[in-house]
Amino acid sequence: MTPMPNEFHHRSRRGFLGLIGAGLVAAAGPAHALDTDGARALIETSLAEVHAVINSGRPPEQMYRAFEAVFARYADVEIIARSALGPAARQASAAAFAAYRQAFQGYIGRKYGKRFREFVGSRIEVTGAKPVKSFYAVTSIAYLRGRSPMEVEWHVSDKSGKSRYFNIIIEGVNMLASERAEIGAMLARRKGDLAALTADLQRAG
Amino acid sequence: MLAGCAPGRGSGEINDPFEPMNRKIHAFNRGLDAHVVRPLGAGMSGGEGAGSRAVAAVGNFGANLAQPGRAVNHLLQGRPGPAARSTLRFLVNTTVGLAGFLDPAGSDFALPEEDADFGRTLAAWGMGEGAYLELPLIGPSTQRDALGRVVELIIDPMRGWLNRDQYLIGVAARVVSKAGERGRFAGSVDSILHESADSYAQARLIWLQHRRHELGQEGEHIDPYAE
Repeated sequence: MTPMPNEFHHRSRRGFLGLIGAGLVAAAGPAHALDTDGARALIETSLAEVHAVINSGRPPEQMYRAFEAVFARYADVEIIARSALGPAARQASAAAFAAYRQAFQGYIGRKYGKRFREFVGSRIEVTGAKPVKSFYAVTSIAYLRGRSPMEVEWHVSDKSGKSRYFNIIIEGVNMLASERAEIGAMLARRKGDLAALTADLQRAG
Repeated sequence: MLAGCAPGRGSGEINDPFEPMNRKIHAFNRGLDAHVVRPLGAGMSGGEGAGSRAVAAVGNFGANLAQPGRAVNHLLQGRPGPAARSTLRFLVNTTVGLAGFLDPAGSDFALPEEDADFGRTLAAWGMGEGAYLELPLIGPSTQRDALGRVVELIIDPMRGWLNRDQYLIGVAARVVSKAGERGRFAGSVDSILHESADSYAQARLIWLQHRRHELGQEGEHIDPYAE
């Protein structure tokens, strides 16, 4: 399954156009409704930045912080953190939730950053985008060294006012569902104490 | 035991009536991983040297012996194309690939591994997933997949073609390849098994989602904005 050279050319050109497209989406903001091209461009730009970090060869700690910054820029951290926390998010004070959200963002950067670091020498190709329910699903394939290719799906929405992704599904494994279970278990271990969970999250991942 | 295997499970649902027993087995499996499998896997996949190439070769050998069984399952699922390709893959790797230690079928003949197991065949025949199970040594499964494993032992064509010692060598090779995989996926496995707040729940969720994806079932779509 070696792609033809012109296919490569086509892909890289589309990647370049996608970058410009994402810039336009970001500049236009909420006034410009999200569509399949916009969703696709967002993921391509985000992936380009992740790859730049992976291949930068920086020490792990710096890399995790860089991943966290990319995550904060392109993902809707607010809704992911809220959804992972579940019903407890509604009872939390604004300040307590904000502290939890910040800790959650760092935890995601470290936890998924460790996985991404194993992706050195890999490439991810965006293969399509389509509307699903009230959002967009962007499909991609990750080609990892010495492993079979993996399907990675991104869910993108502009419901927050900005175009952001809010879920990643790797070979059927749903990040939002996994984090709901994990954060739920961490909160249960602290008997529902959000401040204690926040402190744990600052070290976890 | 298979009374719970009724179809009609909604996507994303987890059916785990044996959770207390499963959790005990999970604790055993986790301990086994920490003390035996993880150190073994780490030793086998250390770096890019001759050691890891040897592990890959043994893994290829073990995986090749599974091909005829795969071909049978593809046939039972009404998929003659993959059945023919799995057979061809077995023939190429057994001959050109020096008894299966090399994988020229995958690298030169565009014949990659196409997974098939009897649990999948049962799913194709319409049997429901049944309850979630964690099996000793093997790990996450379901009633349907556990039954599939038992049937597989019986219908594997290699049992007819090899004598008992040869067959056991094949089984050992597959175990080695599993330990090698544990080493290669060390970070991901550690994250689930040894760093999670509830490793049982994480392993159950991740395994079920992945397995359902393999079987071509669409997962649930979470829309957090609608909640």
